[in-house]
Amino acid sequence: MGERQGGTVDDVERRIIVATQAGLPLVARPWDEVAASVGVGVDELLARVRSMLDRGVIRRIGAVPNHYAIGYTANGMSVWDIDDARVDAVGEFVGALEGVTHCYRRPRRLPEWPYNLFAMVHGRNREAVERQIGEIAARIGERFPGACRERDVLFSSAILKKTGLRLGAPG
Amino acid sequence: MTDTMKRSGAPVELDATDRALINALQGDFPLTREPFAEVAAAFGLAEDQVIARMRRLLDARVLTRFGPMFQIERIGGAFCLAAMRVPETDFERVAAAVNAFPEVAHNYRREHALNMWFVLATETPAGIEDTAARIEATTGLPVFRFPKEREYFVEMKLEA
Repeated sequence: MGERQGGTVDDVERRIIVATQAGLPLVARPWDEVAASVGVGVDELLARVRSMLDRGVIRRIGAVPNHYAIGYTANGMSVWDIDDARVDAVGEFVGALEGVTHCYRRPRRLPEWPYNLFAMVHGRNREAVERQIGEIAARIGERFPGACRERDVLFSSAILKKTGLRLGAPG
Repeated sequence: MTDTMKRSGAPVELDATDRALINALQGDFPLTREPFAEVAAAFGLAEDQVIARMRRLLDARVLTRFGPMFQIERIGGAFCLAAMRVPETDFERVAAAVNAFPEVAHNYRREHALNMWFVLATETPAGIEDTAARIEATTGLPVFRFPKEREYFVEMKLEA
């Protein structure tokens, strides 16, 4: 699927994932608690987590805000048909702009779907998101003249499901 | 599983310290024995105050999660965005059928001819194709696959 980047985890790392995928314990020494449930010492646990961060198995450790609760009630999936020769440069540029929380290149599905660049834009209301996407379009136009052939934005009208990934316990 | 998006909802009162904590903790949480004490020191708070605020923010669902964020692609797993064109009259049945798959991690209704967008998360890349095929068989509708070909650098920058 083009999403596999190799690498592997051993049984200890898999247990670390299972122990923390629902979140870290809110106690003064959260890693000590995780270490106890994984069955390793805390120093080994910290070294393992550090290694998983360095290898990108863990992207970061932190808080995920509920966009709605912090006032970002509108989210628009902006989609762009960008010249293939310039799509990576445009993607890096768009990903760095304010309000863009994800930015990916994906395959077109012609004839239904001409877009190859996806950028999720969050804002305090729909008008703000539309304004922001208009600004992104203008900036792409300035920086990469002629690269964008077409664009659209898909607003979400309902969350039908949101659970995230759940790995099973090691077998 | 279906919960309608709350456009206003019951607002949770956030003070300046809550907002500062949310902003700071979208970055890196210290990988040390007493990480909350470090965060507390940076904010001039007591450790137990930081823990209590985090608990409140999580309980109130201002934060949906607090902990390590995993990239399952790096351990052999796979994600894939997918979309379907679902007839409006059949939307609820199809949504229920799609949501019943444990591999469907998120599912959004969107305003477009392709009106259902979901993310498949599986422990192997082969699981993506297998799941998409089973969703097609169950619903009788084509599933458009939009695997990520490249991810561009994105900073965390939603300010609370």
